[in-house]
Amino acid sequence: MELVVDNKVLEFVADFKKPEEGSEVRKQAMAALNGMDFPTTRIEEWKYTRVAKYVKRKYKQVQATANVENYKIADLNAHQLVFVNGYYDESLSTILEDDAVEIQNIDTLDEAYYSDLVDGTEENVFSLINKAYQTGGVSIQIKKNKKANHPIHLLHIVNGEEVIANARHFVHAENGSKAEIVATFHSENSENSFSNIVFEGHVETNASLTINKMQTEAKNMLHISNELFVQDESSNFLINTITTGSLLTRNGLNVIVEGENCHTEMNGAYLGTEKQHLDNHTLIDQLYSNCTSSESYQGVMDGKSVGVFNGKVIVRQDAQKIEAYQSNRNILLSKKASVNSKPELEIYADDVRCSHGSTIGELDPEAIYYLRSRGISEESAKQLLVAGFIGGVLDKVENEALRANIDDLFLKDFGWKF
Amino acid sequence: MGETYTEEDLAKNLEQQEYKYGFTSDFESDKAPVGLNEDIIRFISAKKEEPEWLLEKRLQAFHAWEKMQEPDWAHVNYDKPDFQAISYYSAPKQTKKYESWDDVDPEMKETMKKLGISLEEQQRLTGTAVDFVVDSVSVATSFKKKLNELGIIFCSFSEAVQEHPELVKKYMGTVVPHTDNFYAALNSAVFTDGSFCYIPKGVRCPMELSTYFRINEGGTGQFERTLVVADKGSYVSYLEGCTAPMRDENQLHAAVVELISLDDAEIKYSTVQNWYPGNKEGVGGVFNFVTKRGLCERNAKISWTQVETGSAVTWKYPSCVLKGDNSVGEFYSVAVTNNFQQADTGSKMIHLGKNTSSTIISKGISAGQSQNAYRGLVQIHAGAENARNRSECDSLLLSDRSGAHTFPYIECKNNSARIEHEATTSKIGEDQIFYCQQRGIDPEKAIGLIVNGYCKEVLNHMPMEFAVEAQKLLEISLENSVG
Repeated sequence: MELVVDNKVLEFVADFKKPEEGSEVRKQAMAALNGMDFPTTRIEEWKYTRVAKYVKRKYKQVQATANVENYKIADLNAHQLVFVNGYYDESLSTILEDDAVEIQNIDTLDEAYYSDLVDGTEENVFSLINKAYQTGGVSIQIKKNKKANHPIHLLHIVNGEEVIANARHFVHAENGSKAEIVATFHSENSENSFSNIVFEGHVETNASLTINKMQTEAKNMLHISNELFVQDESSNFLINTITTGSLLTRNGLNVIVEGENCHTEMNGAYLGTEKQHLDNHTLIDQLYSNCTSSESYQGVMDGKSVGVFNGKVIVRQDAQKIEAYQSNRNILLSKKASVNSKPELEIYADDVRCSHGSTIGELDPEAIYYLRSRGISEESAKQLLVAGFIGGVLDKVENEALRANIDDLFLKDFGWKF
Repeated sequence: MGETYTEEDLAKNLEQQEYKYGFTSDFESDKAPVGLNEDIIRFISAKKEEPEWLLEKRLQAFHAWEKMQEPDWAHVNYDKPDFQAISYYSAPKQTKKYESWDDVDPEMKETMKKLGISLEEQQRLTGTAVDFVVDSVSVATSFKKKLNELGIIFCSFSEAVQEHPELVKKYMGTVVPHTDNFYAALNSAVFTDGSFCYIPKGVRCPMELSTYFRINEGGTGQFERTLVVADKGSYVSYLEGCTAPMRDENQLHAAVVELISLDDAEIKYSTVQNWYPGNKEGVGGVFNFVTKRGLCERNAKISWTQVETGSAVTWKYPSCVLKGDNSVGEFYSVAVTNNFQQADTGSKMIHLGKNTSSTIISKGISAGQSQNAYRGLVQIHAGAENARNRSECDSLLLSDRSGAHTFPYIECKNNSARIEHEATTSKIGEDQIFYCQQRGIDPEKAIGLIVNGYCKEVLNHMPMEFAVEAQKLLEISLENSVG
C-alpha cells in the first residue's frame, strides 16, 4: 500500500531510511504513524510543552564521528558503548570482560520486547518514529543471578546540523541480577538537532537495576526521551535523571510495577537557563500490593527558562499496602523564569499511604543574608544554596566517579566557584 | 458484645444509607415544552418579562453554546444528558408574591418544614433572611424590609432584572462570561431565576443571607444564576444550601454563581450541597455542573466554603480571580462520595495582583464505589509579585472499591511567589482506631470522631448555623454506623 504524504508526521519522516527489509515491528510502527499527528498543547499530556516549531524542521539521519575523549567519565571503569547521531560506533566503544553482561545489536532483539508496552502507557508519535526508523542501539542482557562487574556506559553524541538521532535501547535484567547503567547525552557542533531516544527495560524477579541519566546537549536542540520499564516481583529499580541540556527537553519516564514487594525510586534534577524548556513527565503504575515508590524531582530555573513537572502515580484496584511518595520542588532564580507543576495521584485501592508535595519559590533571602554576613559574595551564596538544594537529588547518584563528573559539570557549565 | 466494628462495616452502613430528603411536593407547574432552540429562549425571556438587552445576551450565549463541545476532561463517567429532552422552564403556577407569612400555601410550608428550614423557625430563631427558591421562581422573601433600610438588595434574579437593571447589566457576565464554558453558556442562555445580592459601600450585612435551592419538577433542568456584588468596603456572608427530592431520572443542574468583591470588600460564600445522589445501584441522581467564580479587587477577599455530599456527578470548581493587589482567596471544601457517586471538584486561584494570597483546603471522603477527584489550579501571573499559595488536599478512603484522585495544576510565572502544595491519600489508620479503643471509645464512635476531626478544619470556616447543618449531613453519612 502506498502511503500518501498528507500529514506532518509522514512529511517529517519522508527522507528517513526506509525500513524495506526491516522487521515487522518497523513496518507496523510505520503504518501506525500514518494518520497520527504531532502533539499540541491541547492534548493534556503535552499541555505545557510545545513541539510545533521543532517538528517543522527537516531533520536528516547521518552518520558522523566525534571526539569521544571529551565525554568520557574518568575512573568510571565501564563498558563504553558510543552512539554518534544514533549510530553505534564500534571503533569508539570498549566492551570489557564481564560474564554477567551480554550486549547485542538492538535489531537482534526478540520482537516481543518491542511491543512490551503495557496498559497505562501508549506509544506516542516520537516513540513510533524511533521504532520505525531507529538507526542503532543495544540490547543489554544481565544474566540470571549475576552482578555486572562494571557499569555500562551508553555514551550518546550528536554531531551536525539538523540531525536526528534515533537511538533505541533495551535492558533485560534477568532474575536476581544486578547492574548499573549510565546513559549520557552530549552534543558537539550541533545546531538545531534532535535526539529522539527510546529506552526500555524489563527488571525481572529479585533483580536490581540502577540507571543514571545525564543530558547536557547544546541549548538549541530538541531532546525527547521515551522510557518504559517493567518491574517483576521483588525487584528494585532506581533511575536518576539529570538534565541541563537542550532547548527543549522532554523526559517521558514510565514504570509499570507488575509484581509484589517492589521498590521503585525515581529522582530528577533539572537546571534551566536562557530559554530552555525542561519537561519531566513520569508515571508509576502500581498493579500489585506491598510495593513502595519514591519520587523526587527538583528544579532550578534561571533566565527565561520553563520547568515542567508532571508526575502521576496510579494505584490500581486491589493493589493494597502501597506506599507512594512524590515530591517536586522548584526554585526560580530570575524574574522571567517559570514553572508548571502537576503532581497527580490516582488511587483505586484503600489501604494505601500516598502523598505528594510540590513547592515553587525563590531562594530564601535570609539564607543569602546569613552567608553574606559571613563574607561570602552574593553570587557564591546563591550558588551554594542552589548546590545544596539539588544536592539532595545528586546524592542519590552513588557511583563516585559519576558523581565527581556531575560536580565538574556544574562547576564548569554554571561557573560555580566553591 | 465484643464484636469489632471495622471500616468495612462502616462502608456497608454507608451504602445502605437511603436518601433522607426524598419526597415530592405536588404543586402544579407551569412548564415549557421540552427542547432547546431560539423560540424556547424567547419564551423564557417573555415569560419573565425581560428587557430586550437581556434577551440579546441570552441569544448570544445560545449561539456560543451551539458551537461548544461538552467537556470530557473531568475524571467522571456518565451518559451525557440529551439537552433537547429537557424542559427549560418550570415555575410553580402560583406566582403571586406574599406580603405576610400567613398567605403562603400551607403545602409549601410543609415542604420547608421537611427540609428542616421552616421559614417560621428561621425567622424567629436565627434572624436569617431566606430567599426560598422552588423550581426557579422565588416565592418567599423575608427580612427584605430590614435589609432595605441598609440599602442592601437581596432578591430573586428576575426581580433584580426588573427593579435594578443597571446593576444587573453592569455586573452580570463580567466574571463568568457566556463564552466561559459549555455549561456556563447553557446557563447564560436559559437561566430561569436565581438570586441577586448587592451590598452598598461600607455596609456590613447584619445577617447571613441564605437561599435554598430545590429541584422539584421531575425532568426539569435547573439553571440558577446567582450574582453577589459587594461594593467597596462592604461585607456579606452568603449561604447556599441544596436538597433535592428522590428521582430515578437524571436531572441536570447547571448553575452559574458570580461574586464580585470590590475594593476592601469581603464575601463569604458557604454551600451545603445535598442533591439527590442516585440510589445504591447508581441509578438516578443529579448532574451538578456548576461554574462558580469570584473576582477580587484591591484588598478584597472571597472565601468559598462547601460541604458536598450529594449529586450523582459533580463538576465544580469555585474559583477566585485575585485581580487587585493584596486580595485574598480562600477555598475550604469537604466532599463526600458514596455508592456510585462521582465528583471532580476543586478550586482555581488566579493570581494577577501583587501581594495576593490564597489558601485551598480540600478534604475528600470516598466510600462505596464512588470516585472522588480533586482538581485544582493555582496560577501565578508574571505581575503577581509576592503571591502566596498554600494548598492541602487530603483524601480518605473508606472502601477498597472507591477511588480518590488528586490532579493539581500549578503554574508559576513570578519568582517572588511562594507556592506550597501537598496531598495525602490514605484510609483511617488501624492504629488510630486502636488508640481510641484503648481509651474506651468504641470503634464506630472512633471512626465518627476521626472523620469529624478530619473535616473540622473546613467546618470551622462555616457560619455557625450552617456548620450545624453541615455537621448533620455528615452525621447522616455516619449515623447507621453508630449502634
